[in-house]
Parts: sequence; C-alpha cells; structure tokens
Amino acid sequence: MPQRVFVTGLGIISAIGSNVKEVMDSLKEMRTGVGPLTRIDSIYKDDIPVGEIRASNRELLEEVSPSAGAYYSRTALLGLIAARQAFAQARFSDSGNLRTGLISGTTTGGMDRSEHFYQAYLKDNHKGRIRDIIGHDCGDSTERIADNLGIKDFLSTINTACSSSANSIMLATRMIRQGKLDRAVAGGSDALTLFTLNGFNSLMILDKQPCRPFDENRNGLNLGEGAGFLVLESEASVIRENKPVLCEIKGYGNSCDAYHQTASSPEGHGAFLAMKKALETSHLAAEDISYINAHGTGTKNNDLSEGNALEKLFAGKVPPCSSTKSYTGHTLGASGAIEAVLSVLALQYGWIYPNLNFSQKMNELSFTPVTGFSAGLPLRHVMSNSFGFGGNNSSLIFSKC
Amino acid sequence: MKAYIKGAAILSPQKTFGEKGFPGEVTDYHGVSYLKCIEPAYRDFIDPMVARRMSRIVKMGVCSALKCMQDSGISMPDAILAGTGLGCLEDTEKFLGSVYTHEEKLLNPTPFIQSTHNTIAGAVALAIKCHNYNATYTHRGFSFESALEDAFLHLEENPELNLLAGAFDELTTNSYNITRRMGLWKNHPVNSADLLNYQTRGSLPGEGVAFFMLGGRKGSDMAVLRSVKTFYKPHGYPEIESIVDQFLRNEGLTPGDIDLVIAGINGDFATDRVYYQLKEGVLGNRPFAWYKHLCGEYDTSSSFALWLASVILKDQHVPDCALLEDIAPVGIERILIYNHLRENNHVLYLTERC
Repeated sequence: MPQRVFVTGLGIISAIGSNVKEVMDSLKEMRTGVGPLTRIDSIYKDDIPVGEIRASNRELLEEVSPSAGAYYSRTALLGLIAARQAFAQARFSDSGNLRTGLISGTTTGGMDRSEHFYQAYLKDNHKGRIRDIIGHDCGDSTERIADNLGIKDFLSTINTACSSSANSIMLATRMIRQGKLDRAVAGGSDALTLFTLNGFNSLMILDKQPCRPFDENRNGLNLGEGAGFLVLESEASVIRENKPVLCEIKGYGNSCDAYHQTASSPEGHGAFLAMKKALETSHLAAEDISYINAHGTGTKNNDLSEGNALEKLFAGKVPPCSSTKSYTGHTLGASGAIEAVLSVLALQYGWIYPNLNFSQKMNELSFTPVTGFSAGLPLRHVMSNSFGFGGNNSSLIFSKC
Repeated sequence: MKAYIKGAAILSPQKTFGEKGFPGEVTDYHGVSYLKCIEPAYRDFIDPMVARRMSRIVKMGVCSALKCMQDSGISMPDAILAGTGLGCLEDTEKFLGSVYTHEEKLLNPTPFIQSTHNTIAGAVALAIKCHNYNATYTHRGFSFESALEDAFLHLEENPELNLLAGAFDELTTNSYNITRRMGLWKNHPVNSADLLNYQTRGSLPGEGVAFFMLGGRKGSDMAVLRSVKTFYKPHGYPEIESIVDQFLRNEGLTPGDIDLVIAGINGDFATDRVYYQLKEGVLGNRPFAWYKHLCGEYDTSSSFALWLASVILKDQHVPDCALLEDIAPVGIERILIYNHLRENNHVLYLTERC
C-alpha cells in the first residue's frame, strides 16, 4: 500500500503578502498585488503592470540570512523565505532516521544577477563580476535553501516552465507514497527579470491593464514574482510525530499537450488529460471537486484551452472556479506552488477566491468564474491547475482530512 | 525495481552516434581547451524546415531521442524525462544579448521560446505527438539522476511502462569563457588522452546528449540499471566510503562483486583525490575505468558513463582507452559508476549484465 501524503506546513511570499497571514488578508479584502514595475530598469516600466514584491534584495537578505554574504539571487531569497515559513510551521524534529527531501521548481534561476553580469560581459568578456553569474543555474537556489534548512537526503530542481513547482509537489508526493522519502519541502520560486519581461513581451501576451482571466475581453497576462513551499509528510511520519495536518494530497496528473512549443491546443487536450489523470490517481469523480484554482493566465489562448478542457471534464457542470493570477500576477515557475498554498488555505478555511477584474463571459464557454469572496464553505476537494510552455500540463488535487 | 536498458543513443565528442557499441576508433583531441560533440546528419531525423528554427542543442536532443526510440523499437514512450544542468544556453544568451543590444525593442521571440529548459522534452513530445508524462530536471550534477529517479518511480507504479530518459548539456563560447574565469578548467591547452598527466587544477570542459529507453520488463536489452543514488555535500572521505559501502550492501553485494568501477576522474588533481582514495580503500583492487577524456566534464556527464557501462556489459569488452590501468576485466557482470560534480553532487549507479 502506498503511503498517504499530508501537508503539514505552508510558506508563501508574493505581491499580495510576505507570509500566509498577509496573503490571507489581501485575498479576503480582494486586494490585488498587480501594479507598476518599480524594481527593474525597463523601457516598459510605465506600460506593463506586474505583481512585484516591494522589498529589495538587500531587505530580503536581511530577513533571511544577514551573515550569508550578498550573493543570493532573488529567486533564492524568495524561495528561502517561503521554505523557512513552511519548515517552521511543520516543526521538524531532528530525528536522524527520517529521510527529508527538498524539491524546487524555477524557470529563471539566478537570472536577475546574471543580467547584471551579462550587461558588463557583453561590452568586454573580461568584465562582469563572477559572483553575479555563479548562481545562474536553476539548482543554485535549491542548494542554498537546502543548506540553510539543513536538508541533504534528496535534492532536485524542476524546470517545466510554468508548471515547474506543481511538478515538484508531484515528485515529492510520489516519492513519499513509495516510501523513498518520509517528508519533503516542495515548491518553487521565481523572481521578475528583464529577461522574462522582454520574453513575454516579445510574444505579445502581456496585458497593459490588470489581467482579466476568463473574460471575453482578456488581453494577456501580468507577470509576477514570488515563492511557495509546502511541507509534505508520509502518514507514518505524521503519526510518529503526532502532528496536526492541513490536508492530504490525493491526486496528481502530468500530461503533455504536444500541440505547439508555446501555444496550447484550442480544445485543451493536454489540460484535459492532466486533470483526468489527477482524478484517476485520487479515485475521485469529477463531481467530487468543490473548487478549481485554475491556471487562468488571462491570455486568449490559455483561458480558451483550459476553459474547453474544464467543460469537457466536468461535462458542462464546472464547479466554482477562479484564477488568482489577477491577485499575484503569473509567477511562472512559482505559480504552481503559490496556488497550491492558496488551495490548501481554501480547504482549511472554506474559502473561495474571486477571479478579480472579470466582467464578461467568454463566448465559447458556458461557465463564468467566481467573482466574489466566500468563506465558511464545506469544501472537500480542491483542484489546482498549472500549464506551461512546451505543453507541460499538471494538475493537483488537495483533500480535506 | 530494476530498469532494463532497451536502447540508447548518444552524441558526444566521440563517434558514438549510430554505433551499436563503443566506436572502433577513438577521437583524440590535441592542444584543445574544450571538447564539442560530433554532430550527426540531422536531416535523417528532423525535417530541415523544422531544424532551421532549432538551436544546435535542440537539434541534438531531438535527434538522439528519436534515434533511441528507433533503436529500441519503442515508438511511443510512456514518459519523457530529461535532465540538464544548464538548459538551452545558446538561445538564452542570444535572447539576453538581444535585450541589451536592441534596447528591449522589436525582439525576436524564437530564442526566448527555445531558451526554456523543457524545450527538448517538449519538442520530442511534439515530434511524436506524445501526450504522456513529461518532465525536465535541472539540478547541477543531479539533473540526469533526477530523471532516472522519476523513471524508477514510474516503474514502481507500473512495471509495464517504457520510459525515455535523457540528458543534455551544451558548451557555448560564452559558457566556456565564463566558466573558465570561474577557474573550472585547465589554463593551458590539453591533449585529451594526457588529461591525467598534467597534475594541475581544473578539468577539460565538454558536452553531450544521451537518451535511454528504460523498461520494467526483460527483453533484448543492453544492460540492467539496478539502482541510482545521489548524495549531497558529504563530510569528507569517510562518509563517502561508508555511503558507497552501504549502497552495495543494500543491493546485497560486496565490493568483490563489482567487476569494474567507472569513475568520474576529470584530471583536476585536487578533486580527483577521492576516486583514488576509494580505489585504495573500500573498492580496493577492483579494475577502474574513466571517461572524461572522451567527453569532457559537464553537469550530466554521468549519462556518458551509463552509456559506456551499457556497451561494456553488452559487448563484454572494456575499450583500452577507458581503462585506468592495463588490467582488463573479463566476465563483467556488474559495473559501479561513481561521479561527483565539484565535490557537491555525488552519484552512484549500479549496472548489471542482462
């Protein structure tokens, strides 16, 4: 029998707050974190809104590790803040015989510092400070978090674009189910960078207004930054340590759309398969799902594709559904984990979040997203979707215990 | 759970592509600073119109993956699992460069699209319309091993599956320049065959792409991958020795059951020390082979070692160029691979004859 997998800790930092409490306040008060870009020197500063975290790298560093030297990338700093919160909530014992893993997802890695390096390097390839490029790779932030938390037994980093951290939660879940790990800190982190800002801008999918997921007049996404981490533990570990659990991870599905390198198939085949697999692994039926935290980026393509997949999976009876990217912006590799944290909070408190900025139903769809905030609902199972470039689609199901 | 290696395709600085075994002739490099892959005729695998838009590493990746599927006779894998330390560097550099040189205006999105690490696993899925599980791991010297870990998880979930697991890392002019400034490489030209004779710091950078078809059921296989273990920042040699010993014990083996050790010796006299300590310690008297003079050092170089182990087990012959000393083992039942990347990421593989 595979081990059941429980969530025992949450950590989050995003444009709507630097910890669970701040994030919950923003959600409840329907306060978006999307606003002007201030921290990156871009010619699009005044045109393109983003979900930015106000604190500078120096301020973030002071919070986490004032003695650790200044060479952390922003991705590492954000990740460390969220991972520490989750770690603290789970109250890990020092029990030497429990195998603990750290699995993180990121797309930009240390790009924010690489950009400093590269600007100087481009002019003269003897220039640029090496300490700015040494953490460029995606594994760097994971190792810095691991070193800080003292995790050694298993480390991995995933980059499947915007589904990266949903896949890190999935890998951790599968490893715990099979008894390969007893517990894991799993999630992801991504900082805003000039690279991604210009990348998405060159694809012409950035809305110059606050994003409007699932709206007929939606016109693109807003980028964001942040990190989310969950502590996952096996049933045996939870019982041994007599710990309170927040919820159970029951379902997970990963599928490839295999339609186009960046675009999603209009019918959402990959999205449909990922959600269907998640239902299968959880042994649940579609009607058991109480709320869906959608990927819902606000691009024409994603919301049509995901919307069609939802209609098909739920046979036209789509449960309450919303995208919280209108709060946080699209945090890329971190979005799966940030939305996983929000999904666990939804179960814990019976909350359903509004899909901010929505006004007009999409012509192609029969359903509209939730637009008001609700509390105290008897939610049983929450589905969280994360889809990425390369057709990498993943879906997770969190269940009340 | 054992993984049967049903087929493999590898692009390297050696003439390995399309070979059923180790190539008849070794390509030695003289007076070089790095090793680069010998590229195949892409048009045999990828439509030239499609290939034109792909960077070199994407072409190499897709080509090796398709070749691996062809040779193993499995046209639709149940998962595509990739590992890469640094992803698609050429396109990352190209797009980042254009952000500055074009001052953020009118940028071509193609290099941005193909800069993401999951480009190759996605492009392979796209080429064969594979809607199954798809993931890309990118964690320094654990990147390929994470893909293998995922493969083992899949086989535990369902032993009927066939999984395409691969690794890729490319060296570009800029990545060479930058990593050289970090002090990772020898600061003098190198003859690849003499890599161990210099007794200086630094290694010889390289690159490579390798894909393997892994299954849970025995067939006509190259070799068996019994187990893979990663360990991070061990406390010095005693801990490494005890982990190696425990790894073998967990498989019910003693060092005497290992017929060959393939070690990640890379010519840096300081970081190579641990391999020789093991050779004189817990793995005493076992024949040793090495491979980084053939492919260079890179984050996913252990994929070259896994391919080498597979062809040695299949053909029951260790190529002379890979032997550390003039002692060729016979009757090779089991090969242990041990590699570390910059003393932080350590990996162990146990492979076995079919």
